[in-house]
Amino acid sequence: MEFTFNYQSLSPLIEASVREGRPISQLVLAQQAAQMEMSEEEIYRQMEKNYRVMAACIEPGSRKNLRSTSGLTGGSAYKMRQVSESGKSLTGSLLSGALYRALAVSELNAAMGRIVAAPTAGSCGILPAAILTMEKERGLSERNCIMALFTASAVGMVIANTASLAGAEGGCQAECGSAAAMAAAAITELAGGTPEMVGHAVAIALKNILGLVCDPVAGLVEIPCIKRNASGVAGAFVAAELALAGIESAIPADEVIWAMKKVGDAMSSSLKETAEGGLAATPTGKKLHDQVFGQEGAPAGCHSCRGCTSGK
Amino acid sequence: MNVFDILGPVMIGPSSSHTAGAARIGRITLALLGAPAVRADILLHGSFAKTYRGHGTDKALIAGIMGMETDDERIRFAPELAQDAGLQVNISTGEIEGAHPNTARITLTDAEGRQVSLQGSSIGGGNILITQVNGMEVQITGQYPTLIVLHRDAPGTIAAVTEVVAETGANICSFRLSREAKGGDAVMNIELDSLTNRSLKEQIQALPNIFSCTILEPV
Repeated sequence: MEFTFNYQSLSPLIEASVREGRPISQLVLAQQAAQMEMSEEEIYRQMEKNYRVMAACIEPGSRKNLRSTSGLTGGSAYKMRQVSESGKSLTGSLLSGALYRALAVSELNAAMGRIVAAPTAGSCGILPAAILTMEKERGLSERNCIMALFTASAVGMVIANTASLAGAEGGCQAECGSAAAMAAAAITELAGGTPEMVGHAVAIALKNILGLVCDPVAGLVEIPCIKRNASGVAGAFVAAELALAGIESAIPADEVIWAMKKVGDAMSSSLKETAEGGLAATPTGKKLHDQVFGQEGAPAGCHSCRGCTSGK
Repeated sequence: MNVFDILGPVMIGPSSSHTAGAARIGRITLALLGAPAVRADILLHGSFAKTYRGHGTDKALIAGIMGMETDDERIRFAPELAQDAGLQVNISTGEIEGAHPNTARITLTDAEGRQVSLQGSSIGGGNILITQVNGMEVQITGQYPTLIVLHRDAPGTIAAVTEVVAETGANICSFRLSREAKGGDAVMNIELDSLTNRSLKEQIQALPNIFSCTILEPV
């Protein structure tokens, strides 16, 4: 088949999906097979491996005694899971289930566990939490869940091509924001939403996180990154729920992505992964830095390093 | 770009440049040594020096030196595993002038006392650049099959090596030469599009003026 989309913007993909009467995930898989000169089955199997690595993060990530290498974080996924599984959570098993899974994957990352960058290591909890929660709570097939990763990836490719996925370039909106937009797209497709609804979910998710800065305490992927993964998956469900109700984003997804790029460009470098501003610069943030690295080690983080600007 | 650039790689956290890249630098050093190391002296510079404890960069480097892949779940236990395996590790921090912020200098020693030293940087997204081997300048990315040929600087040596490469049908995608002094030790680093003949190593080693040839598979 002819592919009329190229991941430079989302709208041609949505239009193609409407025109063909097929979900976005199927079009993306077919296009990727043609691009990579592999069969659809081979590419699907490779994605299946990624999904299973994601799923395997939940148990070790929600262990009670899990601690990060720095000793600063760990154990929140355990607490959240206890409440979620007791049935006494405030927001019900869907949202609380997503929250503990996002914390689990993210805390496992901080503890040197095995994760899938989705799209980055810092935002690796959001997409797995969204899809695994849909699988468990809504009884979806693993196959559908794996297919939804293609929809999410397409959104990620458009953002990578036209804005950025790196906190050092665009702040946290580029990492957790992009992950939330990808997750919102996946959830919307999994819940039976139309391709247009997927587009609105992406727009809403990204709009709601626009401007979020990257201000890691001590330069480590822990504080506030781990809780922002929980917040990111919650935002993805908010966006999907609104879109599935037929609520539209006044600003189209492609323009929201453009705005995200402009906001990232305008952001001070002290708020882009340098650990010089925001929460990293608070008295407690500095104290935690000294606790991990000693007072000799100043300044924290990767200030002079532009190594992470490649998009991952 | 494809979907696996967005969802992937599968890696050990928390940071692709501080863990995945570091493990790859360690693995390349081991490949150059060509035998298990009994001693590793590691100098960390820049962000590696300042944040290695929080990011686990030391663990990732040691894991790589022991041959582990970037997604090996044993990485976080690498220091203990090294001790069990009889690998003595010394880590220090310092300034390496002009080096990229995420840089390590590693000297490995094997059981027979042979040594190799290397300087490498983690340049983002798990990508690396090796900039020195035994004090001589190189540029190795680990993305292509790479030949590291230590030799004596003598006329005709490069031509002889590239002729052997050409005879195997391999295409050279980058070539770099560095030498200590005229007529002294020199190193060629040759990246190939693909490795077509595994006997290339022996064929090059049989040429005059060649001290050693190491083939590095992509890591």
